Amino acid sequence: MLRLVWGILFTAFCLYTGWVYLYCDEKTEIVQNNPSVTKGWQLWQQKNCQSCHQLYGLGGYMGPDLTNIAGDSSKGRPYMHTFIKYGTGKMPAYNMTDEEVSQVIDFLEWVDKSGVARVPEEAVHWTGTYIIEK
Amino acid sequence: MPLHIRLYTKFVFLLLLATLVFGMLSSWAYLFPESFNQYLPFYQLRPIHTSAALFFIISAATLCIILFHKDTLGRDATTAVFEKIFITTWIATILVIFTYYGFRQFGGREYWEFPAWLSIPLLFSWVSLMIGYYKGWLKCADKKPLYIWMWSTGILFFFITFIEQNLWQISWFRQSFLRELTVQWKANGSMVGAWNQMIYGSSLFLMVMISGDKTIARNKKAFFFYFLGLTNLMFNWGHHIYNLPAHGAIRHISYIISMTEWLIFISIIQGFKNKLGEARKLRHLLPYKFLIAAEFWVFANLLLALFMSIPAVNRYTHGTHITVAHAMGTTIGINTMILLGVLGYALDIDQKIKSGRKLFTSAYNLAQVSLLIFWLSLIAAGILKGYRSVALNMTVFQEMMAPINNVLKLFAVTGIGVAIGIAIIVVQYWQAADKSNRIVKDVK
Repeated sequence: MLRLVWGILFTAFCLYTGWVYLYCDEKTEIVQNNPSVTKGWQLWQQKNCQSCHQLYGLGGYMGPDLTNIAGDSSKGRPYMHTFIKYGTGKMPAYNMTDEEVSQVIDFLEWVDKSGVARVPEEAVHWTGTYIIEK
Repeated sequence: MPLHIRLYTKFVFLLLLATLVFGMLSSWAYLFPESFNQYLPFYQLRPIHTSAALFFIISAATLCIILFHKDTLGRDATTAVFEKIFITTWIATILVIFTYYGFRQFGGREYWEFPAWLSIPLLFSWVSLMIGYYKGWLKCADKKPLYIWMWSTGILFFFITFIEQNLWQISWFRQSFLRELTVQWKANGSMVGAWNQMIYGSSLFLMVMISGDKTIARNKKAFFFYFLGLTNLMFNWGHHIYNLPAHGAIRHISYIISMTEWLIFISIIQGFKNKLGEARKLRHLLPYKFLIAAEFWVFANLLLALFMSIPAVNRYTHGTHITVAHAMGTTIGINTMILLGVLGYALDIDQKIKSGRKLFTSAYNLAQVSLLIFWLSLIAAGILKGYRSVALNMTVFQEMMAPINNVLKLFAVTGIGVAIGIAIIVVQYWQAADKSNRIVKDVK
């Protein structure tokens, strides 16, 4: 009996895993990345930006969430370029080349197109869950 | 105790000491980055701290299983060989990982920031552990006690989730940012469940040993909660990514499954009376003290987790220090306390530190009181951040964080208390490990 219950749960887990891999982003418009975005993503990891910054609220707590920084019309590429290239009092400069900085910004622009990090109040359903419309 | 297990025990204690030291440094580097940026920047300290913590928990969980393997599943001539392969490769890889961190070389993702190729020796070492363990498991009689189910589940699911954690290296997973993030947190969430299975299994084993009551690992209620925990391990990871515009079903399934944890919560409250009677009988035992502490922290963190698992509440808590409070509360309050209890039993700590008992009790009390203030200050910081960012919609980050950083100074100060308290206990354990020849009684 115990083995049967375990087997049923494990089968459900495998099926759910496959479904998640294939369809988790089905409801959203997928924006394909490009080599510059991929390189920017690698730099994001190599410089360990996630230690201080969040994407969708996941990551470190020292700096701001950067999910939609690229879509902020008050900021823009030159603003981001200056921050990444030279750092601030709190954020160290990473000695990246202009091309590398540009790749990190390309990555952040790609992330911005994937959705909005902040859930709007109207998305909260009476049951307590969210209904997020793209 | 065989030499390779004694060395592994000391390595586990070193990892815990490293976690404490680099955790303290990280908290101060967080508050005063300008003073640390040149030599020990936060982005270097944080991965050292978090990786040391993760490797301590996983290593200690496996150490407990290795220590009790002989008495529960039996051993043959090859068991020690697989254990040695596991221990050697595991330790060597972790040392290489910290060397990379020392040179500020990263490349992985949060909590696993090391260059991706180092996952290969880690996986190889885990497979060695699995072979050694499951060889004994296959020979074991049919009616296995619950702690063996839990160890077996934990070892298997760590293997599965570790592979899943590395799927990002296949380019298909990186074509969509939402897919990548979903799979990353699916793996992370379930992996926590996997090591919890190993740790709670050892906790149950310890309770059987010190109470002498075998039925607590064989009754129907215990198995019901095991399957409830397993269901949560498999399907409850979605609360990490509630705010992701991924498929809504992931959110709804996770929300429903996580609410089943209220049953665990109610069961804890119902069991309080029995626990009090049990505590009166066993409180003279040092390892049991850690189980009492873990019981409190399970209660507190489960309550916090239950509220965080409601998306409407999560909207305020996600990305705030309440998440950190939950992570620290569970890893220190639950995982570390249980592991210290189980290792204390394995090292026969009650007999080994007779003269240092007063110091032990003082260190234990210091750690518990400091941890409580540490945890509450993180919750206060999280409430402030949630209120200022979501309710007040403040968008200038430094302005939003100004009062929160003042609360976090209390967190950093009490962090020193947590570190000193646990470090004193670890030093006593280290000395006991030198003298330990404990043979665990057969409970089959």
